[in-house]
Amino acid sequence: MRCNYRVQNFEEIETGDLIGRVREFKTEGYRMCQICASNVEGGTEVLYSFDKDLELFNIRVTVRPGEKLESITGAYWPAFIYENETHDLFGIEFTDSRLDYGGKFFRLSKPTPWLSKDEGGE
Amino acid sequence: MRGVNDLGKRTVIPFGPQHPILPEPVHLDLVIEDEKVIEAIPSIGFIHRGLEKLAEVREYPEMVYVIERICGICSFGHGLGYVTAVEGLMGVEVPERADYLRTMWHEMSRIHSHMLWLGLTADSFGFESLFMHTWKVRERIMNMFDLTTGGRVIHSVCKVGGVRKDVGGEMLERIASEVRDIRKETKELTKVFLNDTSVKNRLCGVGILSEDDARDLCAVGPVARASGINQDLRLNGMCKYGELGFEPVTGKSGDCYARCKVRILELGQSLDMVEKITSVLPDGPVEVPVKGPLPTGEFMMRLEQPRGEAFYYVKGNGTKHLERMRVRTPTNMNLPSMVRMLQGCDLADVPVIILTIDPCISCTER
Repeated sequence: MRCNYRVQNFEEIETGDLIGRVREFKTEGYRMCQICASNVEGGTEVLYSFDKDLELFNIRVTVRPGEKLESITGAYWPAFIYENETHDLFGIEFTDSRLDYGGKFFRLSKPTPWLSKDEGGE
Repeated sequence: MRGVNDLGKRTVIPFGPQHPILPEPVHLDLVIEDEKVIEAIPSIGFIHRGLEKLAEVREYPEMVYVIERICGICSFGHGLGYVTAVEGLMGVEVPERADYLRTMWHEMSRIHSHMLWLGLTADSFGFESLFMHTWKVRERIMNMFDLTTGGRVIHSVCKVGGVRKDVGGEMLERIASEVRDIRKETKELTKVFLNDTSVKNRLCGVGILSEDDARDLCAVGPVARASGINQDLRLNGMCKYGELGFEPVTGKSGDCYARCKVRILELGQSLDMVEKITSVLPDGPVEVPVKGPLPTGEFMMRLEQPRGEAFYYVKGNGTKHLERMRVRTPTNMNLPSMVRMLQGCDLADVPVIILTIDPCISCTER
């Protein structure tokens, strides 16, 4: 089982397709690795990474202002760490979370410090 | 006042964020029934530093100094992960000698991290002399870091395009000699950690994480391998592990003892790799000039830190500043597994179980 870390797999999908795609990964035996949010023009990009036999696959959704994202904790419970982090730093709301800290995951001096100014951040 | 009828009722005991066993703040709400833990709910985020955000205002070559300061134990690996990600983004190929040196320092980093963990674990179950012996041996590795990089904790030796310092022939001989001595001392420590009755009493059958649970909870590093999962990012083609004949160490039982054994065996493996590098290190430059356009696009990099898989995501925008830099550390990924290990354990075993995931809150609160 050897691979090449330089091979990069990114796929862009719609927010409505997220849960279906994540369940496919789960069924195929992928491991959820991480969730990363970034500010992009017109919203926040959320990148989900999955691994199987050291091959990494990333799927990307763009969340528009005011839009909510369905939690993937039903398929991958450990995702609660990243969803709560993303909520506290970027202000993205996740629905149907299996473990929601209600904005208290990080002790922050101000709410959503990493939300871009265009989206209402300070 | 509680009476006999109240026995068996559940109590919530707060554990941390300040606790003698925890060098860094993490909190657990332990739901206890008599002396058994029924449920554990973790809380982190007491000291989140927001270091990732600094990438937007620091130039990409100097950001490595920030990344190395995420943690004093995984310092070298963080620097290595970051520069490899930027090199992937810019299409930079580092010279072979630099790649070997990076592999050597990364394995030295694993040795000192595992020894630190072994000492702390011995301390957690009250075996103070074992703790001190382990850290005495670890000191020799720290001195080797000092000798070769000029720093014991923060090395600042990785740069985009290679490494900042070369290691000469005399120094390589000294490393090889030190490794042989450390191996002898490690063998003595191994006997105690793996065979001593008092150690076994505290570790065997405690905090079991089955292979199915480890997969379900996306465990990484020695935690996953001790549960029987053959998963190690040193097989992903980075550095020179392919040339060194590396194969992951795995366990079976998934208990605290298996996690200890995996780390002990990895120590020997890392010592072998460091010694081998001292004899096969090729001649040549240790860095290449980084030219061409400023970083654009994105690159997802991961490597095997001593505690497990770590992620380094970089996104460039054609300027000297990265648009986004993300680090995901192994402890992030092992907290759910720790919660599962704690379910059903005795309250007295909680500190040992927490330690066996080798939690690094400094990394987690990057």
